[in-house]
Amino acid sequence: MDIFIQQLINGLTLGAVYAVVALGYTMVYGIIQLINFAHGDVVMVGAMVAFSVIVALAPLGLPPLVVVLVATGCAVSACMLIGYAMERLAYRPLRGAPRLAPLITAIGVSIILQHLAMMIWSRNPLAFPQVIKTQSYDIGGATVTNVQIAILAISIAIMAGLVALVYRTRLGTAMRATAQNPQVAGLMGIDANRVIAFTFVIGAALAAVAGVMVASYYGIAHYAMGSQLGLKAFCAAVLGGIGNIPGAMLGGVLLGLVEALGAGYIGDLTGNVFGSNYQDVFAFIVLIGVLVLRPSGLLGERVGDRA
Amino acid sequence: MTRWRTHPAAVRAGIALVALALLALPFALAAAGTAWVRITNLAILFVFLSLGLNIVVGFAGLLDLGYIAFYAVGAYVYALLASPHFNIHWPFWAILPIGAAVAALFGVLIGAPTLKLRGDYLAIVTLGFGEIVRIFLNNLSHPVNITNGPQGIARIDPFRVDGVDFSKSDSFLGLTFSGPIKYYYLLLLVLLAVIFINVRLQDSRIGRAWEAVREDEVAARAMGIDTRNIKLLAFAMGASFGGIAGGMFSAIQGFISPESFVLVESIMVVSMVVLGGMGNIWGVILGAVLLSFVPEILRFTVEPVQMRLFGRMLIEPEVIRMLIFGFALVLVMAFRPGGLWPSAVRKRELAERRL
Repeated sequence: MDIFIQQLINGLTLGAVYAVVALGYTMVYGIIQLINFAHGDVVMVGAMVAFSVIVALAPLGLPPLVVVLVATGCAVSACMLIGYAMERLAYRPLRGAPRLAPLITAIGVSIILQHLAMMIWSRNPLAFPQVIKTQSYDIGGATVTNVQIAILAISIAIMAGLVALVYRTRLGTAMRATAQNPQVAGLMGIDANRVIAFTFVIGAALAAVAGVMVASYYGIAHYAMGSQLGLKAFCAAVLGGIGNIPGAMLGGVLLGLVEALGAGYIGDLTGNVFGSNYQDVFAFIVLIGVLVLRPSGLLGERVGDRA
Repeated sequence: MTRWRTHPAAVRAGIALVALALLALPFALAAAGTAWVRITNLAILFVFLSLGLNIVVGFAGLLDLGYIAFYAVGAYVYALLASPHFNIHWPFWAILPIGAAVAALFGVLIGAPTLKLRGDYLAIVTLGFGEIVRIFLNNLSHPVNITNGPQGIARIDPFRVDGVDFSKSDSFLGLTFSGPIKYYYLLLLVLLAVIFINVRLQDSRIGRAWEAVREDEVAARAMGIDTRNIKLLAFAMGASFGGIAGGMFSAIQGFISPESFVLVESIMVVSMVVLGGMGNIWGVILGAVLLSFVPEILRFTVEPVQMRLFGRMLIEPEVIRMLIFGFALVLVMAFRPGGLWPSAVRKRELAERRL
């Protein structure tokens, strides 16, 4: 039973991160129907920038909380800049091109980001400094760390903030209008290009926070860490119904739970034929299963156009 | 434009010249080092892969980001049926068709549930599929040792025909044919067959159906094309090319491991197709040759140049290679969406859009 609770806690933590990253995919997809392949790599850049800032601030002897906040702030601004540049330089010129074109561009951007990062931060995994001391608490035989609690709290706060932004502000209304029908939204006086740029920037900011969270959770930052994470977050977005914001949150948490529980129990269930090294397979099996059984995802609406 | 280009005699002379150059190539390369012959062989394998992927991406318009999985399937089928691992040593002409069939089967397996979806979902599912195959190859070493895990399979049999062993040197007509040179001629022969099949496919009823599906699926269906089956066929056919290339890779290298079938390789093949010109066979070949050789040339130039300029290595060749791939994809899509050598259809479409 304590294994179950432990995996539940791990799964929730992981799921919260997936959810935050999945939001970036889903917002962009909802508005311009593009799978922003490079989104996972923006997460990586966030982690890397935070790493550099923490290392640079280390000799100053500032209070840990200040260091973390400054590092996250730098990561967020750097990623917002990248998000904007990405949209402006790579995707905007392709608006109206055949669907395959921006997707291929996105793959290219992803490769570029990864290898620029490799150039700057080396190809080796970096040990992400533990600025705030890890403390463990005991809950019913399972342990939960303060990092896990922080990740959960921050993720919930971010998601609440995003929901408020999308459903309560003028910008959010403009975003939803553009997602529904860019032409008509344009007639209503909405500058679609600005709204799309904003969507990218907000998604990138979320990605940066997710990057800092994931790097401090695993204690490692690596130039290729974004691709797997991004793929899984995309699976989460599809599971919840791509283009649907509450769906991305639900999908992320569910996927985190499936992975953690799956990795915890697959050995027992299959008589040790398959072990926890198959953990990475679950996300893709979930993805294929969802696409076959319910392509619109758990909360998504049926999409008429399939071509 | 000029008339002489289409004059039959000029065309014949051109073909003869190209053929002569291709026949003499390995000896010229061998003079520069056997490594270059090997690199050329790998480049031809990548031409196979690109042509196979071109059927899926270029002809039928389905973006497959896990294409290397079929290459892996073909390679492992060959390795398992012709190595001391299971102590099975079948001849290559028996295994290559099996590899192609198994790869095609995998293509149908992954395609059947997903091909009714939108194109961009397909891209991600195939990518996931590629990862799944790699994870399984890495882990299927217990409880029954099938793939030997990350260590891979070694001592794979080379091709043998009538007592001629492709891994050893032979003398013929006073020329020394080393192993790689023999493989080169074999690959060249297969390449001709593959190109022929591709050209004929493109102009066939099936090829036109693919083009119709790519351009407008709804209209294609209205014209009586069974879109699902025609897409499945593209997938299976592309996969079988990958399977054959994989089998030959196994035999040429003599050793394979999951390391050779990572996501980057899939992306490399996609880059080749896109850069060369989706849908145009000659363009795709150009793309594959360019992207196979440029990194190798970089490997030999980047280091000395940097050593001379800065006294140390600032940027690794690997990074430059990948950056070139990345920028190639982005820039081609932005400025030359048809690729370096666009297909006639694409050219027409792009010209229409300008009007």
